[in-house]
Amino acid sequence: MADNTIITVKDVHKTFVSEAKQSLWDRFRGKTHEVKRVEVLKGVNLEVAPSETVVILGSSGSGKSTLLRCINKLETIDAGRIYVHGHMIGYREQNGELVAERASVTAKKRTDVGMVFQHFNLFLNKTALGNVMAPLRDIKNFSAADARIKAVHHLEMVGLGDKLDNYPSKLSGGQKQRVAIARALAMEPAVMLFDEPTSALDPELVGEVLAVIKRIAQEGTTMVIVTHEMQFAREIATRIVVMDQGLIVEEGPPELIFTNPQHDKTRALLSRSGTSPQASES
Amino acid sequence: MDFITDTLAVFPSLIGAVPIVLQLAAGAMILALVLGLLVALARISQFKVLRAIAVFFVEVIRGTPLLVQLVYIFFVLPSIGIAIDPIPAGILGLGLNYAAYLSEVFRSAILSVESGQTEAALSLGYTPTKALWKVVIPQSFVVSLGPIGNYFIAMVKDTALTSVIAVTEILKTANILNSQTFQTTEIYTAAAILYLMLSLPLSRIVVLLERKARSRG
Ligand SMILES: Nc1ncnc2c1ncn2[C@@H]1O[C@H](COP(=O)(O)OP(=O)(O)OP(=O)(O)O)[C@@H](O)[C@H]1O
Ligand SMILES: [Mg+2]
Repeated sequence: MADNTIITVKDVHKTFVSEAKQSLWDRFRGKTHEVKRVEVLKGVNLEVAPSETVVILGSSGSGKSTLLRCINKLETIDAGRIYVHGHMIGYREQNGELVAERASVTAKKRTDVGMVFQHFNLFLNKTALGNVMAPLRDIKNFSAADARIKAVHHLEMVGLGDKLDNYPSKLSGGQKQRVAIARALAMEPAVMLFDEPTSALDPELVGEVLAVIKRIAQEGTTMVIVTHEMQFAREIATRIVVMDQGLIVEEGPPELIFTNPQHDKTRALLSRSGTSPQASES
Repeated sequence: MDFITDTLAVFPSLIGAVPIVLQLAAGAMILALVLGLLVALARISQFKVLRAIAVFFVEVIRGTPLLVQLVYIFFVLPSIGIAIDPIPAGILGLGLNYAAYLSEVFRSAILSVESGQTEAALSLGYTPTKALWKVVIPQSFVVSLGPIGNYFIAMVKDTALTSVIAVTEILKTANILNSQTFQTTEIYTAAAILYLMLSLPLSRIVVLLERKARSRG
């Protein structure tokens, strides 16, 4: 891998195994245990260089969320390697095998990766300010005063300087998501992951969140974004990655993907969203 | 009018038992909160043995009467060399019993905090343990406030059961008075009113606490 890549995903496989609940009666009859397997990632390769904005497109169930979650080890992987800043998160290599590392080590490495979730996942018992301050205090050991200054700064950056003392229940969806973005950014991660940051928002609130993300990208933050907002993807991406059934089927600069898609899946995605090559030609 | 004056005349003799009731309830509640939280954590732990021990504890406690548990601690344990004074025995019995019930309160409260918050905490660099203590447990405590308060009120009333293990709380004091004066109606009416005077303000406080907790998040 190139020395300066922020994220390197090499041939990653991931299978979800869920044990079907077995009734006592089934067990009594000696019925064999049913195990459901879904192979979600089937050998994914991806490299993200500094200051890149990679947008991942793909239909529902293609494995986009799983890939993002594997990057900071919210999910385990079965095979392959993922490096962030040259380090594996959650694993170390021993005789060519992946071995789980200690939780405290994983936690430390995760501060390199900021993540923004579809459903915001704010701490509900804390104000906007409290949400941004908490990890600074708990993880980075900032003093209360320093954490406050930094948190206020980041909340002002996302346009919430006047909502510092609001609890999440007193914020709109768009405001909640901007708090979540400020909270992740304040930790100064090397890369930000966004998993459908606007999918849970009312249409009129989508714009304010996309605008914030766009500004962060322009400031040079490295990002990987999963989104269904095609217009936004086209504007912001330095590279588009298309996933289908657990594989990356096409990738390239947005001009190319949007005007001259090679893969059927990409064409289907673009036409379904009304961003067909012809339509976006103008 | 005699009944009322006679009943009122009993109060001074019973009031002396109130500090013992409060001591029992406070001591047992602290024990129940700490142990209840530990049992709840054991029940959601990834270690099978811990989970099994916790389930066993909860089932045994919930499956036997509190009165029997108190009697067991006070009269049976001495036969294996563990002799406990009445008040500590009462605190232990009430505390163990309520720990089992509170552990269920804590467990469901912990599970009620959506996993998304834990994931967010993990992604920010919290260890799973730190996320549990800094993010999940403070919130589950708020959710639990109402049930905890109600259990506390129930416990204040259940202290009456310790009369059978020689704790001179309100009921035991009433029993002693009754054997001396035989003013049965007046004495037990006064005792009942005394319990009411303890629990009514407490339920008021619980309602206020709940309202306060809810007005935040
Ligand atoms: N915890 C899990 N256990 C079992 N299967 C899972 C789990 N999480 C995801 N899956 C399955 O993995 C597949 C891919 O899921 P994933 O969430 O990565 O898709 P996605 O591309 O993000 O889709 P969407 O656009 O709907 O968010 C789906 O078929 C899903 O049902
Ligand atoms: Mg998804």
